[in-house]
Amino acid sequence: MAPLFKYGLFSADTSLVVAFIIGIGFGFFLERAGFGSARKLVSQFYLDDMAVFKVMFTAIVTAMLGVTYLTWMGVLDLSLVYLVPTYLAPQVVGGLVLGAGFVIGGYCPGTALAATATGRIDALVYGFGLYAGTLAFAEAYPLVKSFHGMTSLGQVTIPQYFNLPYGLVVFAVVLMAVGGFWGAGWVEKKLAASNGGSR
Amino acid sequence: MSSTATTLPADRVGRSMTADEAAARSGPAPYSNPYLAGIGLGLVLLASFVLMGRGLGASGGVSAVVAGLLNSVAPAHAQSREWLAGYLADGANPLKEFLVFEGLGVFAGALLSGLLARRAMFIIEKGPVVSRSKRLVFAFIGGAVMAIGAAFGRGCTSGQALTGGSLLNLGSWAFMLMVFAGAYAVARLFRWEWR
Repeated sequence: MAPLFKYGLFSADTSLVVAFIIGIGFGFFLERAGFGSARKLVSQFYLDDMAVFKVMFTAIVTAMLGVTYLTWMGVLDLSLVYLVPTYLAPQVVGGLVLGAGFVIGGYCPGTALAATATGRIDALVYGFGLYAGTLAFAEAYPLVKSFHGMTSLGQVTIPQYFNLPYGLVVFAVVLMAVGGFWGAGWVEKKLAASNGGSR
Repeated sequence: MSSTATTLPADRVGRSMTADEAAARSGPAPYSNPYLAGIGLGLVLLASFVLMGRGLGASGGVSAVVAGLLNSVAPAHAQSREWLAGYLADGANPLKEFLVFEGLGVFAGALLSGLLARRAMFIIEKGPVVSRSKRLVFAFIGGAVMAIGAAFGRGCTSGQALTGGSLLNLGSWAFMLMVFAGAYAVARLFRWEWR
């Protein structure tokens, strides 16, 4: 039965080795996708390269289908997989702020690490910004604590919140992703044509 | 992008090269097909669920390192910071954390991929018009803004969008849609940095 760690198949110390190996895979595919380059990442927001959307939603769909089938086969106990609790209002604001930071800085925390590993000086400096921002937040936390804890809904999934069958939501996400991939390809072609193939 | 190879350097025309010569002379390898890279990333995420019962993350590792660093220079102050208390409870070592070791792995894995593809090099990523120093200042600002967004969002693009997205987590989907909305909303303002 999985998750293996939750069933005590290996110790907490071993889990750190597992974490390192998982990280290698994560970093490898981030770099393969081109996410060690800020210019490649921000192209998503200037609509000429939709790789961020394509990679992200392919990964989401792949993992989602894996989780769904492993749960249906009785291999994975989904109730033991950690779900971050929902705090709707601060998460909406946090998402907007994070999106702005993405365009300003050129990276998100994970991709900045991959970019630093491949020598991007701007990613290293971005990392210092991350540490400074985290420290500033820790210092200012008493001031923003009440907003940070607002609209708490607990650990809740979309199927649970809207009372829909799990499989139906999975199917809808797959359809949405396929439609999105088609749309992303269409936008890229359209922009390439209007740029005359050169920039 | 498709027009980059219209003119070949003179020494590459009219003479054949061995495969090794060609590899050494050619620039960085092209990136993977985004769908293949996405499947790879999704399988790594799935492996994390199956092995650990948790997904991937990045910003949490930053918080753990900040807690550890602050604790080593000003322990009393660090322990009085409620936001960092979780990492320092009961004298725990905040660096013995899943996300810290995962982060070390990300560094190693990206370096491996970058070296294999000849993409590892010391450069500053920026648009053609912005100065290097201005780009670095805005990289720093972007990182700080991102950290604050991740604190309110309870995670970043890895821990929330990717991990929570694939678990159909309600808050993660709200967060992810807002990340795209926020980025598109300010993209025009920062065009000078990239284009």
